[in-house]
Amino acid sequence: MALTGLEIYKQLPKKNCGECGPPTCLAFAMSLAGGKASLDSCPYVSDEARATLESAAAPPIAKVIVGAGENSITMGDETELFRHDKKFYHETAITLRVSDALSDEEIVARTQKINDLVFVRVGLEYRVQAIAVENASGDADKFVAAVTTVAKNSGLPLVLISDNPDAIAKAIDIEGVNKPLIYAATNDNYETMTKLAIERNCPLAVKGDNLDDLASLVEKVVALGKKDLVLDPGARSLSRAIADFTQIRRQAIKKKFRPFGYPIIAFTTAEDPLEETAEASAYVSKYASMIVMNTVEKAHILPLLSWRQNLYTDPQVPIRVEEKLHEVGNVTPDSPVYITTNFSLTYYSVEGEVEATKIPSYILAVDTDGLSVLTAYSDGKFEADKIAGVMKKLGLEEKVNHRNIVLPGLVAVLSGKLEEESGWNVIVGPREASAIPAFAKTHFA
Amino acid sequence: MAVEILREKSRASVPEVTIGATKEEGGTRTHTITVGGDSALPFHHFEGEIKNRPVVALEVQDIVPQWHENLTKYYSDVIDNPGQWAKKCVEEYGADLIYLKLNGAHPDNGNKSVEECVAVVKDVLASVGVPLIIVGCDDEQKDNELLVAVAEATAGENLLFGNAEQTNYKSLTAACMVHKHNIIARSPLDINICKQLNILISEMNLPLSRIIIDPTIGGLGYGIEYAYSILERARLGALQGDKMLSMPVIATVGYESWRTKEATLSEEENPSWGDAEERGILWETTCATALLQAGVNILLMRHPKSVALVKKHIDDLMVSNNY
Repeated sequence: MALTGLEIYKQLPKKNCGECGPPTCLAFAMSLAGGKASLDSCPYVSDEARATLESAAAPPIAKVIVGAGENSITMGDETELFRHDKKFYHETAITLRVSDALSDEEIVARTQKINDLVFVRVGLEYRVQAIAVENASGDADKFVAAVTTVAKNSGLPLVLISDNPDAIAKAIDIEGVNKPLIYAATNDNYETMTKLAIERNCPLAVKGDNLDDLASLVEKVVALGKKDLVLDPGARSLSRAIADFTQIRRQAIKKKFRPFGYPIIAFTTAEDPLEETAEASAYVSKYASMIVMNTVEKAHILPLLSWRQNLYTDPQVPIRVEEKLHEVGNVTPDSPVYITTNFSLTYYSVEGEVEATKIPSYILAVDTDGLSVLTAYSDGKFEADKIAGVMKKLGLEEKVNHRNIVLPGLVAVLSGKLEEESGWNVIVGPREASAIPAFAKTHFA
Repeated sequence: MAVEILREKSRASVPEVTIGATKEEGGTRTHTITVGGDSALPFHHFEGEIKNRPVVALEVQDIVPQWHENLTKYYSDVIDNPGQWAKKCVEEYGADLIYLKLNGAHPDNGNKSVEECVAVVKDVLASVGVPLIIVGCDDEQKDNELLVAVAEATAGENLLFGNAEQTNYKSLTAACMVHKHNIIARSPLDINICKQLNILISEMNLPLSRIIIDPTIGGLGYGIEYAYSILERARLGALQGDKMLSMPVIATVGYESWRTKEATLSEEENPSWGDAEERGILWETTCATALLQAGVNILLMRHPKSVALVKKHIDDLMVSNNY
């Protein structure tokens, strides 16, 4: 909840000294409200006013960074309960578990498998973000050995899971381990764990037995001076977790309840890997910033990462594909050419159906600023001269021997003008993409 | 430290819709299925009542569909016999409802006569005790003729018929009125049209408690997030008292999932995507579990293993999480 310029102005010294840059305190307040200035430029602001302003300006959910460098993960800094109100910002970090009870070879193999969880679909690259090494053996040396092996074989950030602060302290010192997430401070060990996290400057997970317990524990940890935290309310069943995560998010955003103003870590519990994936998908939907899970199969992780990608897209920005001549199948100069817009939903609907025709084809995606066919047409972004221009620009003439293009049925009205502008024969296609297979059967089979 | 639980008060709830009628109620179903009645966001047992669990309908067609082998292998012994197919879905795969698509009536798919279709419906009714959802073949003209006849032939069964659309809702609405069935109001991923269609249908005096809405979904990876947000907005509206957005929701999860290449491409064709069948099962499952969180009440599905996974997931979500 950002303050307005006037609210900020009330807290300023009102000296109008101009030492901060802007000539008056009011002008400075306006710059602050717009995020264009920092309170540090005011030499006279009182400590009390500074505390008030900083807490009002703090995001409802803190931003927490795990790891360092290009693989580091940003979690939290969310402002919404529902994506349609604005957007969700930082994608749930999918974190795969490696137990130190495994043999060294098994750990190497599993780490490699995790490294390979990179997928390319619809022109995007999907990745998992972290590896959680778990001290399942209870043995500090084994834990250190496991973390050493994982760090040697992967550049992904780590989560160190152990209730033994000494084991964690040793693991942090291993080469290649950089700002891991320490899991976790509990009622039994929070003083040592918090001290360790402060000393080594690592983010710290706090695990409570329930919401009340978690809130108390967070306050204790914060009182010790640690502020980059990740929350685990201890829920280990799907329904309880959904409720707890919803409460944490709600309390943070609607009430600015400080103990819950941190990102959430979830743990799957289902043993069957397919059930586990289903469980994880619900945590992606319901506010988990990190999910620690077991399955490392590509077929399980791809659907999950796809859902995450979909959920975290910005609802106000249409997703687009590149304006170009896309090829579906092994095209030849005789392949049919379909025209559509570059709104990704439109484009991929068309692409899916064109693929289903089993006839290699071209799809010309015209840049309409990511608008669908009808919207683009009514907005003047999908006109005959423009389409003809794009055909020319992309060299359609050289790609195919024929001079036929298929126009979406919704803009059949453009066909005459387009024939005139382009000199090509325009075939009016179906109104809906789903009718393309039947259409292709009669026209191109 | 006691945390004060935040409970959102709802002003209204999703109406309950009951599908099917037993012998005592004038039909032949062994039991009925009731959906809706939610007075809180999905699975927020801590602040309202999630009266009825979401249900899963398995799809059966009157002609052998051109489905992927990873689906058809589960139905190969019954796929040319809608009655037996439906029976297998219920008895072996745990379908709560059967979703019967009369695809063979389409002029391009064999153009089955209305009488033939009615016979298929009767066969399926005789084979299973669960209520049916019946949809046409997506040819407006044929559907109007077909669905009216099926609605008449199944009068008293209190089935669910689809799809009524903005440009074509009158004849189906009238048939559902006269023969006492429920209707699916389908709108194209647009919350305003969704609302408008509900108004149009209820202006013909079909009670709100007999409408199920299908706001259309995009599949996972193909626009599911648009559907997710529309469903969330509609449900929030419903709980705030917007009656014309309040009905229970049906989602065509199986159809949208199994036409994607992610669900069907073999591992040989794309090794980096992993095992094809498990990927397909989870593509459909994830589409379902994602939409459950936005408020879907009836899931239309195809793969028996996805159905098992989703039903288990729903069991887990229906456990009370009150504080």
